[in-house]
Amino acid sequence: MSLDALIPSAIDGLMLGFVYGLAAMGLTLIFGVMKVINLAHGPVIALGMFTVLVLSQTFGVNPYLGLVAALGIGLALGVVIYFVAVDRVINAPELTTLLATFSVNLMIIGIGTVIFTTSPRAVDIDLGAVRGSGITILGTHVVSVVIAIVVAAALYAFLFRTRLGKSIRAVANNRAAAELMGIDSRRMLALSFGIGTALAMTSGGLLSTLFSFTILSGATYEVKSFVIVVLGGLGNPTGALVGGIVLGLLEGVTTVFIPVSWVPVLEYVIFVLILLVRPSGLLGSRA
Amino acid sequence: MRRVRAPFLPALVLLVALVAAIPIVTNNPSLREELFLVFMLVTLASSINIIMGYTGYVSFGHIVFFGIGGYIAFWLMQTFGTHFLVAAVAGAVPAALIAVLIGIPILRLRGAYFALATIGINEAMKAFVTNFEPFGGAVGMFFNFSIYSTYGGARDAAQLAYYTMTAIAIGTIAASYAVKRSKFGLALMAIREDQDVAMVVGIDPARAKVIAYVISAFFPALAGAAFFFKNGIIEPAHAFDLLRSIESLVMVVLGGIGTVAGPIVGATVYEWLRGFLITNPTFANFQLAIAGLLLLVTVLFVTAGLVGWLRNRFPALQAYIQ
Repeated sequence: MSLDALIPSAIDGLMLGFVYGLAAMGLTLIFGVMKVINLAHGPVIALGMFTVLVLSQTFGVNPYLGLVAALGIGLALGVVIYFVAVDRVINAPELTTLLATFSVNLMIIGIGTVIFTTSPRAVDIDLGAVRGSGITILGTHVVSVVIAIVVAAALYAFLFRTRLGKSIRAVANNRAAAELMGIDSRRMLALSFGIGTALAMTSGGLLSTLFSFTILSGATYEVKSFVIVVLGGLGNPTGALVGGIVLGLLEGVTTVFIPVSWVPVLEYVIFVLILLVRPSGLLGSRA
Repeated sequence: MRRVRAPFLPALVLLVALVAAIPIVTNNPSLREELFLVFMLVTLASSINIIMGYTGYVSFGHIVFFGIGGYIAFWLMQTFGTHFLVAAVAGAVPAALIAVLIGIPILRLRGAYFALATIGINEAMKAFVTNFEPFGGAVGMFFNFSIYSTYGGARDAAQLAYYTMTAIAIGTIAASYAVKRSKFGLALMAIREDQDVAMVVGIDPARAKVIAYVISAFFPALAGAAFFFKNGIIEPAHAFDLLRSIESLVMVVLGGIGTVAGPIVGATVYEWLRGFLITNPTFANFQLAIAGLLLLVTVLFVTAGLVGWLRNRFPALQAYIQ
């Protein structure tokens, strides 16, 4: 196999990986803080796509400004989802929270299908391309990577440099002890769910500038997020970003060697193997 | 332990058989179609209940066995003209073997990790079958109509599929009851409550869990064979549909997790409700959203499910409803 084909698809995959990683960070943050696997993750990603679409098509807002709206709406929506569906069952066995978040999934998809139908949409955006020797990099991809990195960095600054962020980490670490230190754990849980949802919607918004989509598209990225989160270690945001890049690279590189349709088989086999061999993820400590 | 036991299982089986006979006696094909689906859902929900309700392992991607059984049986019937009943068993046995092979490693995982692994296995299998040319790849397989002539035409074949599905549902219910009332069932429930304590009292959790997993894999595989036999078409997205998997979990929780009657009630109510919502002009568009809302209300407020709620509300019923 020639290097000519390998390098462009590796670069493509790498860039896409940052966007995947951003979505997965949202999922893993929620799991890390409250041990809830958010099955409404996919629909929320789709909502991010449609936020950007509606704002740009109906109101002529620049898609990248629409991302800011997606972030804000995501934060608010996440807090609402937390109080409606999760708060009451936060200490229940995992089946209960899985089904509670799945019910939110059904509601979003149900209402979304009525409003947006399931026909494919696309955000109209063209930022040109950088062309090198046999390599073409689309402007939209570059901007997406930059935005993904900025959002991830902002999350880190928030979690490690602010009092609120430190409180969230304290609650994630030990909820009872955090409460003894005077932290209102319920508010922190709600806020984390909001941030997780905001990250998912932002990454959905970015994806809408890259690919066409429907209201059901979130499901694909939800499953990808599962794979990434397990690669990086459940509950580990750094791991999620790294996992996203690994998955993106893997998708890019393997398509050079094997037919595209076999790539998911490989992904899921790796996913199950990692769960079995290293449940703490590639970056996690050997527990 | 109560000494006097109500004849719960015979009564339940008789009830199912009587209901199954209604469309035959009244010659009502559309009711037969509906009941075919209900019995299939009862099978799926009752099977999942064995691993999830009794043992405490949330098998999220359980539909994988439905797909495997369906695919192998379909392939045998289409390629070799194998008789449906033989093919169904020939599809379910490998499915059970696969359950042993994947059950041994993944049942070591606990909680959310197990749930995620089962999703991964279902998606991996779906992606594999999509690429597997002998099974028709992404397009899937479909019957030549002449296949049904062996059974006396498409109508009689549908009738046969209906009888078979009824028998599978009854078999699943009987197995679910037998497991629950046995010492083996007690071992499973001990594992559900606390696996480490279960080990201390002499239970081999790894062995018990794998056996429970195999039982809960066998019946969905049979149901898959019957469903796709009647359908005449099989394709990956339909056979390994994660949504159907999650729906069967919903039925279990709706009816009452860990009870024998719960999944039956849950499957019936769920299917009836869906039929009602889809055909009702006001709700048709919002049927998914309403289903979600009902699920949320059940999960948040009726945690024991319908049967569990009845049992708790009227303790006298506990002797009669398992």
